[in-house]
Amino acid sequence: MTTATKTTQVYRVYIKATPEAIWQALTDPEWTNRYGYTGYAHYDLRPGGALQVVPNAEFKAQAVQHGVPVPDVVVDGEVIEADPPRKLVTTWRMLMDPALAEEGFTRITYEIEPQQGGGSCSLTLVHELDGAPGVASLVAGEHEEQGAGGGHAWVLSDLKSLLETGSTLAG
Amino acid sequence: MTDDEELHSVFRALADPTRRFLLDLLFARDGRTLTELESELSMTRFGVMKHLKVLEEAGLVVTRRSGREKLHFLNPVPIRLIHDRWIDKYTERRITTLIDLKNELENPS
Repeated sequence: MTTATKTTQVYRVYIKATPEAIWQALTDPEWTNRYGYTGYAHYDLRPGGALQVVPNAEFKAQAVQHGVPVPDVVVDGEVIEADPPRKLVTTWRMLMDPALAEEGFTRITYEIEPQQGGGSCSLTLVHELDGAPGVASLVAGEHEEQGAGGGHAWVLSDLKSLLETGSTLAG
Repeated sequence: MTDDEELHSVFRALADPTRRFLLDLLFARDGRTLTELESELSMTRFGVMKHLKVLEEAGLVVTRRSGREKLHFLNPVPIRLIHDRWIDKYTERRITTLIDLKNELENPS
C-alpha cells in the first residue's frame, strides 16, 4: 500500500449524452456555471495552459452574506493533458480558504468513455490528493452540513441531471 | 442500462451484508487490492471476487490499475443519485403541500 492510493478518490457517473456534450459541460465556462458549485472555469486547453475558476456574482454575494471573503479566482491550476473529448488532466488548487490554498496543487483527471450500444458515456473523475487532507475532506462532501456543498459526487449528480434533463437538481 | 435497472442493481448489491462490509472497508481506506480485502474476510478469494464483481456492475466499486496492482475504490455517485432523486421528490411534495395550503387559506370555499 503506497500513500498515493490512500489519498486518491475515484468517482464515476453514467450520462446519456455524447462525449462532446460532456466535454463541453466540463470545459466551457458558460456550462460550468450551470451546475454544482457554479463559477466560470476558464481552461487554456494545451499542456502548460492555465485553469482559472472565476465565481459568478450570485456566488460572491452569498459568500459575503456568510461573512466569507471570496477571491477573484476560487480555483487555479495548470493543464497537463487535454485530449478532447476523451481525457483532461490538470493540477487543481482550492483558493477559497487560506489553509486549503496552503495545501497546494492536487491533480484531477477526467476520462470520458462511450458505452457499448451508444447513447451514453461513463465519466470518471480521479482526484489525487497527496498532502491535501483538507481539500480531500471538502471534495468528499464531508462539510455539506456546514454549507460547503456535497463535493464531487454532488457535482457529478448535478451535471448528469443538467445534461439529461436540461435542468439541475437545485433549479 | 435504464435508470430503473441501474437502481435495481444498486439496491441488489447493497442487500448483501458481505458486500456492505466490503464497501465499509473501502470507506475506511480506499484503493485496496483484492488480497487486502480478502484478508479482512473469512471467505475464499473466489467468493470475494464474486461480491466485488456485483459491486462493480452496480457502479459502487470502480477499479484502477496502479502498476501491476488492481485497486478497488468506493464510488459514492450511485448512492448520491438515489439520495438526490428521493430528496428531490420529497422537496417537491412539501412545496406542493404548501401551495395547496396557500390556496386553501386564500380561497376558502
